[in-house]
Amino acid sequence: MKQLMKGNEAIGEGAVRAGCRCFFGYPITPQSELPHYLARRLPEAGGVFLQAESELAAINMVYGAAAAGGRVMTSSSGPGISLMQEGISYLAGAELPAVIVNVGRGGPGLGNIAPAQSDYFQAVRGGGHGDYHVPVLAPASVPEIITLMQDAFDLADQYRNPVMVLADGVLGQIMEPVDLGECTFAEAPPKPWATTGNEGRSRNIVNSLYIVPQELETHCLKLSAKYESIAEDHTRWESYETRDADLVVVAYGTSARIAKAAVNAARRRGIRAGLIRPVSLWPFPAGALQGAARHASAFLVVEMSLGQMVEDVRMALSGVRPVHFYGRTGGMLPEAGEILRHLTLLHEGVVSHAGKLWPAASADQ
Amino acid sequence: MPGNFGRPQALTSNPFHYCPGCSHGIVHRLVAEVIDELGIGGRTVGVASVGCSVFSYNYFNVDMVQASHGRAPAVATGLKRSPAAPVVFTYQGDGDLAAIGTGETIHAAARGENITVIFINNANFGMTGGQMAPTTLPGQVTTTTPEGRNTAESGYPLRVCEMLSTVEGVAFLTRVTVHKPAMVLKARAAVKKAFQVQLAGGGFSLVEVLATCPTNWGQTPVDALRWLEENMIPAYPLGEFRSWEAS
Amino acid sequence: MVRITFNRQLCKGCGLCAEFCPRGIITRGEEFNAQGFLSFSAVPGGRCTGCGACALMCPEVAIEIIHPEETRGLAV
Repeated sequence: MKQLMKGNEAIGEGAVRAGCRCFFGYPITPQSELPHYLARRLPEAGGVFLQAESELAAINMVYGAAAAGGRVMTSSSGPGISLMQEGISYLAGAELPAVIVNVGRGGPGLGNIAPAQSDYFQAVRGGGHGDYHVPVLAPASVPEIITLMQDAFDLADQYRNPVMVLADGVLGQIMEPVDLGECTFAEAPPKPWATTGNEGRSRNIVNSLYIVPQELETHCLKLSAKYESIAEDHTRWESYETRDADLVVVAYGTSARIAKAAVNAARRRGIRAGLIRPVSLWPFPAGALQGAARHASAFLVVEMSLGQMVEDVRMALSGVRPVHFYGRTGGMLPEAGEILRHLTLLHEGVVSHAGKLWPAASADQ
Repeated sequence: MPGNFGRPQALTSNPFHYCPGCSHGIVHRLVAEVIDELGIGGRTVGVASVGCSVFSYNYFNVDMVQASHGRAPAVATGLKRSPAAPVVFTYQGDGDLAAIGTGETIHAAARGENITVIFINNANFGMTGGQMAPTTLPGQVTTTTPEGRNTAESGYPLRVCEMLSTVEGVAFLTRVTVHKPAMVLKARAAVKKAFQVQLAGGGFSLVEVLATCPTNWGQTPVDALRWLEENMIPAYPLGEFRSWEAS
Repeated sequence: MVRITFNRQLCKGCGLCAEFCPRGIITRGEEFNAQGFLSFSAVPGGRCTGCGACALMCPEVAIEIIHPEETRGLAV
């Protein structure tokens, strides 16, 4: 039975159904409907909702509840996620599972509350200190939010690592029909390592301090083995009309929705365009791009930023094909018409070098 | 009362890394003795902060969580609010609790979080080499106040117990010392009461322990006790700032 | 007779035990322990009442006191 649901609320419902029983967060637009929803929904589901005094406190409450073995999450937007970076690094170092949701907004600084994807580097390059990674899942629709929340908690528990779900203000605020089906709650796997009181077992320690360098190196190598296996088994993307694509657009989240419209319009003009939509931003689907490069002559990256994922695309292709970029930032949305115009220029071979097509790029640039 | 003396069960066999004469070792023993006496070791989780006592997860023989600097009360909140809901205590120094962690301290208190905070006040950042802390006394020489703390530049000491006594969520709040045997017994009673408050679901409890730091004070362990008596106690009056009786 | 033992290896020579022993029977030893400290111990001779002042003040939990039967030792 389909119902109309707001993205932010879908994040909450998806989390509760994934077995999340603790939320610690702090007010920030554009994700506020999520804590509003969970303030009612979590207690209903026998869980705990607590508004913290800051994002610093919130991520450390997540750390404590995760240490006790629960499925735990927090959510925020860019500025709050920046404050959480130390905590996220600690979660990775102490091998604690947790889900962190970033409903992205215009930055840097206070920026604004309009949607943006300019937190990409912070998300995929690990915004905190030390050798660690955070798997990042990027939904592009409200129904996909529900499934990715389940995947995020499963991934976090399977690898004992924080996982980020990266959305943006559009996805948070839009409403779309969702088929929730009857309500079932997933169960977290058993966690014998959790610190719950060592009655009947030897004591557990949750810690990220390794004062002896050799021990820390060994620990980091153990973490990186986890990351390799995540990359091997959990790299995800969607390919749309790429089989015979001559021009491939690469975009995620809201940008991908807009790009899909442009790809369809280009197809109607006889331009063989396709779209690769990374669903896992880390691990990045480099293989998918390399595969498409066998028949595509050029790539066009579209982002709601001044170009961050474009660097991953260039790394993935390492010069094999020209990679172009079109982006809007500060809360502006890329326009389907502009993407179509660029595809048309590329199709007509006017832009051969790997240049950046700025928003108001004139035809002769 | 202490007829026999031995190593509490709630302490591991690991020798302490603390400097000779440091009060941390005494307070560690008191917390462990209380955990043994109340029989709660099996359901207690300790939260180690960042500072000299960061290694306390090697010393308390209970489940331990090492928190980032200043955030122990928030980590403790997450632990306490989890379904496991263990007995939770944090063990923090003055840099951790009264500098970077002031926000977490005040808000855990304001929430009446049912946790026990053991707060060691030795008037400096010990682990990192004796820098000024919010509890450093006016005129006190530290590695970052080489001419003595100048209140015109770096302000005045924070009196945490007095500050938190204005917060309703606090159930039990006291300041003690361990610089004499009789005071150690009083401190032990205070730690025991703090844990009893938590066991009774009474809310936020905090025990501030004035402590010596011979190495960074540049004094012998015995002289440091005298310095504490003559300087720290007048600046940080002892006693209960919020009393609690089992209802 | 009260049995009091000082763990020579744990002792860091801080001297707090000696400072507070009401009988003044605790002194610093002559040889260094493995950590490089001159450790303290009670002079043999049975004048220890087992009051526990030293154990209360020891930062290393290095002093063990066993009373022959559960008598109340502390008279501080």
